[in-house]
Amino acid sequence: MKSEKLTKVILFLSSLTILLVASGMIYSLAGGSVLAFKTFGIKFIYTSVWNPTEGSENYGALAFIAGTIITSVFALLVCLPLALSTALFIGEYYRDKPVSRIVGTMVDLLAGIPSIVYGLWGFYVLRPLIVDLGLSPQGYGIFTSGIVLAIMIIPYATSISTEIIKMVPNDLKEAAYSLGATRLEVITNVLIPNARSGIFASFILAFGRALGETMAVTMLIGNANVVPESLFATGNTMASVIANQFGEADGLKLSSLIAIGLLLFIITALINAAGKFIIKRFS
Amino acid sequence: MDKPIVDIKDPVLRIENLHVSYDGIKNSVTDVSASVKKHAITAIMGPSGCGKSTLLRAINRMHDLYPQIKTTGKIFLNGDDISSISNIVLRRKIGMVFQRPNPFPTMSIYDNVIAGYKLNGFSLKKHERDEIVEKSLTDVSLWNEVKDALNKKGTFLSGGQQQRLCIARALAFQPDVILLDEPTSALDPIATAKIEDLLLELKDKYSIVLVTHNMAQAARISNFSMFMYLGELVEYGRTKDMFTKPVDKRTEEYLTGKFG
Ligand SMILES: Nc1ncnc2c1ncn2[C@@H]1O[C@H](COP(=O)(O)OP(=O)(O)O)[C@@H](O)[C@H]1O
Ligand SMILES: [Mg+2]
Repeated sequence: MKSEKLTKVILFLSSLTILLVASGMIYSLAGGSVLAFKTFGIKFIYTSVWNPTEGSENYGALAFIAGTIITSVFALLVCLPLALSTALFIGEYYRDKPVSRIVGTMVDLLAGIPSIVYGLWGFYVLRPLIVDLGLSPQGYGIFTSGIVLAIMIIPYATSISTEIIKMVPNDLKEAAYSLGATRLEVITNVLIPNARSGIFASFILAFGRALGETMAVTMLIGNANVVPESLFATGNTMASVIANQFGEADGLKLSSLIAIGLLLFIITALINAAGKFIIKRFS
Repeated sequence: MDKPIVDIKDPVLRIENLHVSYDGIKNSVTDVSASVKKHAITAIMGPSGCGKSTLLRAINRMHDLYPQIKTTGKIFLNGDDISSISNIVLRRKIGMVFQRPNPFPTMSIYDNVIAGYKLNGFSLKKHERDEIVEKSLTDVSLWNEVKDALNKKGTFLSGGQQQRLCIARALAFQPDVILLDEPTSALDPIATAKIEDLLLELKDKYSIVLVTHNMAQAARISNFSMFMYLGELVEYGRTKDMFTKPVDKRTEEYLTGKFG
């Protein structure tokens, strides 16, 4: 009886701690960004100047918001066909076969590789390749970091879509087969339409991961504080500009970086909530 | 063979020495031979796990979807060996209705009925599609209930309506045979009675094979009955004969409720 009470107290306190940490973080993010928003107002979100010269300091987040969205959308577009085919391979065509277990393990392995290792690979393997192909002089930029980002989010999109695909009831597939459908017809007319919202949500969640991914992107994107002009141009994402500049920032610049952090947090939270909501409705 | 095999002339289906094994070791259907009469309802009865579904699914070669399942023996549809027909063509000639009503949840009632045509990539003119939909839904006495809701999802219907929709879907290709695997086990008595009446009407046009674990249902609507036990076809005959004077002791025990 007594130990049960104790357990309850411990559980309650732990949950309370988590709650406090989370709200404390939001509070300090919001508090830290007050100066930036007071100085620049809502304009902060849609201007792209980044001028740290003392006396004429002026900051706006647009270049980084644009950089984030462009790299993430590009990564998503590259990831989509690969992840969807792999999910169909594991979850339908070779379901429960040894080969799908091997591929599934490889996918999980990809998910476990630390961001910095992807960054290194991108820096020493992909970047020289891009230079050799003549796509960009230094090999840095949206394209390079987007490709690495795509590889990084493939495991998330794949493993969630695989689960969703496996959840499509077998008797629906059998009903289609019993009408004389071929395997491809079953996949395109029954499997994918039934798994559609879940697959969509898995890509939203993968997109959410891409938005906040920092290390590998920081190493590859080229750190230019401007709205990128092309796929091969350099840029900065919200996460990478913070990583690049927080060490030497104080005052208004620090507040601006924290404000970018707050915006990133809000965007990511909204995207994740949307993805989870759709998944929940699906199952 | 001393098994009582009824003599059926010009059968729609002829099954010869059929064996089906899920694991390559144990047979779930053992040496079944039987002919199925045209334009009649043939019931397959027996306790749960005796191989009824396994036998039924051999007829439209559903087992081919699972390479580990081993099937031997022959089945003839109107005299043609089904192994010489492609699965796709075969399954258009043999419709199937499942235990749980399973209309395609992403499709409207209308699209569910013509799903067979859509899935197979047939392009029909609108009036042809409309005709097929109306005729198939009329055949299952669902037309009057749903004619104003054809664009609604099939999953909004009641269980009994959904099952009739699934029958309509199976009928849309005008198959020779309809296989039904315990189609009323998920339905209430009123919906069950409607499906039974419907099957009695349909048998004028189609040959029906009905798996049921409900003896009373077999007695009510079937013309011929098979009794299966442990994978074997123990007894096969006119339903009237089987229920009044079963030949095999196991059939008698089953019919008198000693097991099952
Ligand atoms: N997918 C399967 N894998 C392995 N064994 C199965 C499978 N389906 C059925 N069986 C076995 O085959 C036998 C017959 O099953 P089934 O044909 O479903 O019986 P019924 O329909 O008469 O209840 C049972 O012993 C069952 O355990
Ligand atoms: Mg069964």
